[in-house]
Amino acid sequence: MAQTTVGTQVFAPRSGGRTKFLIGGLLIIGAVIFLAATSLNSLGQYFYTVDEIMAKGEALIGKNLRASGAVIGDSITYDPKTLIISFIVANVSNDNADVEAAGGLAKVLHLAVTDPNATRLRVIYIGAKPDLLKDEAQAIVTGKLGADGVFYADELLLKCPTRYEEAPPVQAGN
Amino acid sequence: MVANLGFFALLLALGCALYAAVMAPLGAYRHRPAWLASAHQAALLTWPLVTLASLLLITLLVTNQFQVEYVYLVTSRAMPTYLKVTALWGGQAGSLLFWSWLMATFTGAALLRKWDRDRALMPVAIVVMMVTLGFFIGLVVFFENPFARLWTLPATATQDASTIISFLQPAGALALIPPDGNGLNPLLRHPGMIIHPPMLYTGFVSFVVPYAFAMAALVTRRTDDEWIRTTRRWTLVGWLFLSLGLILGGRWAYDVLGWGGYWGWDPVENAAFMPWLTATAFLHSVMIQEKRGMLKKWNMVLIILTYSLVIFGTFLTRSGVLSSVHAFAQSAIGPAFFIFIGLTFVASLLLLFRAWDHLGSDHHLDSLLSRESAFLLNNLLFMCIAATVFWGTVFPMLSELITNQTITVGPPWYNRVIGPQFAALVLLMGIAPMVAWRQASARQLGRLLWWPFAAALLVVVGLVIAGMRSWGALLGFGITAFVTLTTLLEFVRGTLARMKTTGENPLTALITLIARNRRRYGGYTIHLAVIIMTIGIIGSHFFQVETQGQLKPGEQLSLGRYVITYDGLAEFLTPDDRQVARATVSVYRDGVYVGQLHPRRDFYLASGEPMTIPGVRSTIEDDVYVLLVSWEPVAASGASFKIYVNPLINWIWSGGFLFILGTLIAAWPDASELRRRVTTTVAAAPGRAFSGD
Repeated sequence: MAQTTVGTQVFAPRSGGRTKFLIGGLLIIGAVIFLAATSLNSLGQYFYTVDEIMAKGEALIGKNLRASGAVIGDSITYDPKTLIISFIVANVSNDNADVEAAGGLAKVLHLAVTDPNATRLRVIYIGAKPDLLKDEAQAIVTGKLGADGVFYADELLLKCPTRYEEAPPVQAGN
Repeated sequence: MVANLGFFALLLALGCALYAAVMAPLGAYRHRPAWLASAHQAALLTWPLVTLASLLLITLLVTNQFQVEYVYLVTSRAMPTYLKVTALWGGQAGSLLFWSWLMATFTGAALLRKWDRDRALMPVAIVVMMVTLGFFIGLVVFFENPFARLWTLPATATQDASTIISFLQPAGALALIPPDGNGLNPLLRHPGMIIHPPMLYTGFVSFVVPYAFAMAALVTRRTDDEWIRTTRRWTLVGWLFLSLGLILGGRWAYDVLGWGGYWGWDPVENAAFMPWLTATAFLHSVMIQEKRGMLKKWNMVLIILTYSLVIFGTFLTRSGVLSSVHAFAQSAIGPAFFIFIGLTFVASLLLLFRAWDHLGSDHHLDSLLSRESAFLLNNLLFMCIAATVFWGTVFPMLSELITNQTITVGPPWYNRVIGPQFAALVLLMGIAPMVAWRQASARQLGRLLWWPFAAALLVVVGLVIAGMRSWGALLGFGITAFVTLTTLLEFVRGTLARMKTTGENPLTALITLIARNRRRYGGYTIHLAVIIMTIGIIGSHFFQVETQGQLKPGEQLSLGRYVITYDGLAEFLTPDDRQVARATVSVYRDGVYVGQLHPRRDFYLASGEPMTIPGVRSTIEDDVYVLLVSWEPVAASGASFKIYVNPLINWIWSGGFLFILGTLIAAWPDASELRRRVTTTVAAAPGRAFSGD
């Protein structure tokens, strides 16, 4: 290549060159860390149980939250014209070990819905009503807590415990 | 019987792997070629043994042997045979066996091909490959046995009847033979999901080969470029499969998961993306080592990182750590993985430090404006992106462990942090090939780049006039326009030069140019593919629109240039036990009827799982993506739909094809390369006889 002849002209002293590379690299890394950290503050989502949300209350208003709970079937209302869905979730543990110890997700959800003393949280979500939204489903909602104590969800994920976890295999008829 | 044989084959394979891992270094150390040859044979023997075990498991799957727990979990009588075969990788234990089989295939092929050529590197390479293979077979044998069976313990006076999962028959237990199995998870029945895991796993395991040879180079202090040259094609093939796995995974998510997107920064996706990032950095930085003898230590670091991330990726997807760190503590294979990753990572670094002085650079960096610096910047950006993805993936687990407060980061975080880094990388991709080695002159570079830059500005101005206002998209399209031109310029310059010297016509000149410099122009073809995919990413990210609503038959919903009308809905039962609701909607574009779509919901009765399949009308300009969200049993009251319009999304998939083509061009052996290899083998053979080792 023709450019190789340019090599005779010394562009920068070697030791100084190394510092330049280091400074450049550190600047880029610093910028990435800065971007990651500031974005974490504004976009990170805090995972709380219904119990924790009710206990902390106002301190959480405005933060990005993620919460999970058991859907109480009777509380579901849906307006097909405005697409406003409203329902109440009851507290369930977000610790898998506790859930397993208590007999699996389906049982925990059932107990949460039938326990009148479980803490409850109203959720409002705008969208077409998913058919998985029913009694004793697990709802995982992402959004913000309003000053009125209602959880305004931007995202609604639903899980129904599958038969897979429920029924142990049965013997073939013989 | 079949299960017993399969398990026995696995035990033998484990024995062979361990024997080879012990005998290979012993033979090298004691100068006993026969021991080394024996280790080589044992290592090769793992392949037929694991193959036998896999075939036997497939036999169990295909013949409905539901007494075997794995078969019960992933198949059912209603499933067609091909799905029963692919159920081999439909669950945990089978996936690990399949992983081991691919690993045995790759190490076997590498051992056969490299045995004569790279004998000096062989002992350590055998140790590394066999320890890795042994670890995975060990996981299958001791923790996740796909041949374990179901037993029932009859009720006694003190205890209820219970089900036991065990390979051997427990005392007093009776065989439990369920009449039918659970069936494969419906999400895994899609063609994309059938080929996606094998692609990804192949990509994962093939990186073990370059890593093994790198470690061998460190131990034997043969720290020249031999290990890089000898594994270059393995690395490229591994990288190709990993790329294919990622693209297919995206396509699968788009077709099956029903949220209108293709990439959600899900930890499982990240697990495959991280080794791809470090491997891509590696593929670039080995070029400096080959050309200039620099960055030798760094390349070692990159291959070590890639290998560790491959194992880490398998760990993330297979150990249950993702659902919760507490679940991880319960699963037996999690800690085993953790220890293995830790040990291999620390051992690799120790080897690297021991050989540190042998890895000096032949040259120094001369100038900030040089091809070398451009490669350095490329590596830095890839590493920063990989670190960002890693941080986002492990942060929820770390925060849960340390503060007991889980903080997760979603796509908005990743997009905001990685978007600018990705843009910088694409821009660099357009400039770097133009920069001269050692020291480039800014003036000359300016002369080459001013007009692509001016043309890119014109594109941006044109887009603004056309009404585009999103500055992120404008910047993105500006960069892609610039990079498209500079990359095409590389092809044009080379073709023109050939036409001048040989007098060939343009097409012949272009084809011979590519054929004679496959690595270089294969690479540029991949760059072009990346640009095309970037256009798709920008279009679908910045301009996706969605709407939803409940419609009665005959009613309509509009979105952008599209209007859909709800025509009707049919519910029926399929022979393979699915309750299907299939809606029919008509699509109008700018008021013109363009066709019907059938978004549907399949409910798998056996497993009780629903699956939402979108109706998609796909063109190069945009996709209309219609989902059936819910419906009332009485069709008159209507159904709810969600509609997305995803502009330019097809560019991602078309770019994927070009990407594969470019990688194949770069990996295809040159005629000249083959000749060179023949001469070096011939030259090396007598030398070995005299060297006395």
